[in-house]
Amino acid sequence: MSLLNTLARLEAVRAGRARPLATVRHRHLSERPLVLVPLTTAGEAGAPLGALVGTDPARPRLLVVPQPRDRDLRWAFLADLADEVLPYVEGYADDVERVERTETDPETGAKSKVEAELCLDAPQLIVPSRAGIEYVRLLGRSMRFRRTAEEDPENPYPAPSRVPLLGRWFTHLGERSRVPGASMLLSATELLGRHWATGQSNLEDQHLGALLSWIVPPEGESGAEAALRAELGRDRDGQLLVPPAGPATDPAFDNKLLAPAMSRYDAARSGDDPRAVARAEAAVRELVAEQMRPAWRAVWQSLELLRTLPPGERAEERWTRDRWSYTGHRDRVRAGEPPQPRRDDAVTAAQKLATRETEQVRLDAQEALDDPLVMAGRRLSGEAFAGEVTEIVMGWTESKRPSPRPLVTVATEDRPQLAEGGGKVFRSLEGRPQAAQFVRFEEDRRLIVLRLLDKMGRGREPEPGSVPEKGDRVCWTLFEHDARGGPKLPDPEKTPWTHGGPPGSRAAAPLPDTVTDEDIL
Amino acid sequence: MSSYPPSGPPPTTTLRQRLADLRGPAVPPRPLDARALAALAANPGCGRRALLDGAGVDKTALASALGSPSAFGQSQFAIVRGNAFEARVKGDGGAELLRLVHEHLGAGSEPPGPGAHVPDLTAAGPEGRAARTALALREATAAAAADGTWTLLDHPMLALEVAGSPAYLEPDAVVVHPDGRWTVVEIKSFPMIDGAADAAKVGAAARQAAVYVLALEKTAGKLASAVVGHTVLLVCPKDFSNLPAASPVDVRRERAVTLRQLERLTRVEELAAALPEGLSFDPARPAEELTEAVAAVSAAYAPECLAACELAFHCRERARAADAVTALGRSVRGELGTLTTVEEALAAAAGSGGTEDPTAASLHRAARLRAEALEAAACPC
Ligand code: SF4
Repeated sequence: MSLLNTLARLEAVRAGRARPLATVRHRHLSERPLVLVPLTTAGEAGAPLGALVGTDPARPRLLVVPQPRDRDLRWAFLADLADEVLPYVEGYADDVERVERTETDPETGAKSKVEAELCLDAPQLIVPSRAGIEYVRLLGRSMRFRRTAEEDPENPYPAPSRVPLLGRWFTHLGERSRVPGASMLLSATELLGRHWATGQSNLEDQHLGALLSWIVPPEGESGAEAALRAELGRDRDGQLLVPPAGPATDPAFDNKLLAPAMSRYDAARSGDDPRAVARAEAAVRELVAEQMRPAWRAVWQSLELLRTLPPGERAEERWTRDRWSYTGHRDRVRAGEPPQPRRDDAVTAAQKLATRETEQVRLDAQEALDDPLVMAGRRLSGEAFAGEVTEIVMGWTESKRPSPRPLVTVATEDRPQLAEGGGKVFRSLEGRPQAAQFVRFEEDRRLIVLRLLDKMGRGREPEPGSVPEKGDRVCWTLFEHDARGGPKLPDPEKTPWTHGGPPGSRAAAPLPDTVTDEDIL
Repeated sequence: MSSYPPSGPPPTTTLRQRLADLRGPAVPPRPLDARALAALAANPGCGRRALLDGAGVDKTALASALGSPSAFGQSQFAIVRGNAFEARVKGDGGAELLRLVHEHLGAGSEPPGPGAHVPDLTAAGPEGRAARTALALREATAAAAADGTWTLLDHPMLALEVAGSPAYLEPDAVVVHPDGRWTVVEIKSFPMIDGAADAAKVGAAARQAAVYVLALEKTAGKLASAVVGHTVLLVCPKDFSNLPAASPVDVRRERAVTLRQLERLTRVEELAAALPEGLSFDPARPAEELTEAVAAVSAAYAPECLAACELAFHCRERARAADAVTALGRSVRGELGTLTTVEEALAAAAGSGGTEDPTAASLHRAARLRAEALEAAACPC
């Protein structure tokens, strides 16, 4: 963590409530996000216990598995989840715009413009916490290799028809969420943690209830007190006042409430009174729902809080990348491609890694340009400087058609890590980067002399507004504003065999997971 | 019984008496288990934990008596599932488990057949079981040398003397190979999906297995042909099924760390000696007295304690009450250097620190930049 963020935490301790870490919202928020609060069964890999899901804060769809050991009930749950999530996800597939994109011919390397479809908007899933994101990935993995009865009539345990497709979308969202700045699958704790600093540690910030308590403490209470209550407070029966936001449940809930209710459900099912079964099932549903409701409300409250921040200008540009990602996956599904493989081949893995690195650089640059508070961190670390222009000296290149190369002197208290003898710096000029060359320090590094290099037009005289004036406040960065592409990797089809060979060379389509009689999922 | 440090003198009766006094007259020592020993490695700097564990104090009871009960509990669903999976893995006379050990760590040996041994290890009490295990290991090693027999020890009991207190450790299984090698097997119920399990959970399992390896080495040291493998076998459910998947885990690093930790546990004697007479951690005493007693031993709280130590909520409360920046995280503490309280750090940020301390100077600059940026954005907060 940077010293600036540490300082914000220290301030929060003293203030007794969270302090801002950002002055704008750095993530795109959909006008109609889908919130998903999942719960899982302790000790089981990916055996869901229940979920609240929906786009209307007032009307979540409640899904509960009254006995997670029962495969049919789990299938029913996943089928219901698919019914709820897939129409939402697919709802963005048909509204498209036509855009031009550059494609490189694999044979000749020649670039050409092609017209492509780009979905106008994309789905956005919000879960309570980081663990919820991992759970979406896990569910995606558990579903995408299942076979339905249509695909495999011999399969003794066919999956409901839309479940494998939900698995592919969950996998895609989970994979995309690993790209810095991507916003198709986000967690409330990470969103809040990006924009506010609390007076507790990062680890404790994973608790959504505690985190919110710091940001909006109840009347007359400090954030610290409220967070402590949210974290540890229990009622007389030993149940948490604020249940965990999942997917894991509290052991005291499992042992004292859920296990007995499930036993009653099992007992009722072994009898022959359908009303008793319905009653027992309703009891389990209500228990599980009670555990999820606080997290449901907390996620929507988090979104409301985030909407109070003005959107960061460049967050929209990053959302366009999410739209491309969504469109790409839509096309793969439509083309009938098999589900994502269990493990990436070497080239895909390297490409993903390179993308993440590039996007991290892009995100860091864009957040700084959008937000003076983030820029302050870069200034503190010597990667940017701000100050007042004290002098402009016009100059030109020595060519036949001289171009302007004015010298700009900036007075600053910042300590940028510029080395004598060059180095480029950039400022944002109407959203586009203008470059300058570092010339020298003056007056014991208090003055910095730069030579402007571009964005001044084609004429001898610079275009109006393209050169700062004396007295202007300007902010220059030592980092570039546009991320450069990562290293060029061979196309998947040309992967050397030492790296696993071209995709699909080993096995045509991934085999489904083995399913045995006693499987838990 | 083996002891750490290997060459150290046996604990004196006075130390034993001293530790009993610290526990409280009516409180039996709580034997250390592998989880507790492994957790010691998670926070090596903490004298409080070293002393309490070394003295056999029940930290869960102590935490409750202090008014900050620990929140460690296990769901019965997880317990049932864990037991069912372990039973399945070990079923059929351990055939499947031996097959997995041979497949992953067989080193070209003959596969185990129906002739593999699974000795009965039942005996009365932990000492009895530990003695029975030691005998079974000896016999199994001899049988391996004689005719290449595989042996599976199901829930053996290993004894380790740690700073004068006996610790009894019960690994899920130990396998004796035909070449005389002993392999620790850990059976866990978290899944291995596409060949990989959650890294944090694997790390915890490795630290725990390292404790077993150390305990086994003490027994093996007495036998010429026995070697304890530093690669253990982790067995987990495969993907989403109930079928086992196994993965060898190299625990050399964890073993080295734990060994160092155990050696340092002799500090218990020094720590105990430095305490005032009459001090006690007896959970029957009133909370204020206990708070004072606990405060007499220095701690090294960090938020990571929350996942590792029963006393964490108490120590966190103390750290917060003392305004310690370490409550905000180890990295925060590292960043702030000599500024160890929130008050000091904020004073430095306000510019009272002078310019000698570079951290204080950076903090002051950070505060100016932060204020300037917030003003520029005119953030309403
Ligand atoms: S919680 Fe307290 S006693 Fe336990 S390791 Fe941390 S500081 Fe030491």
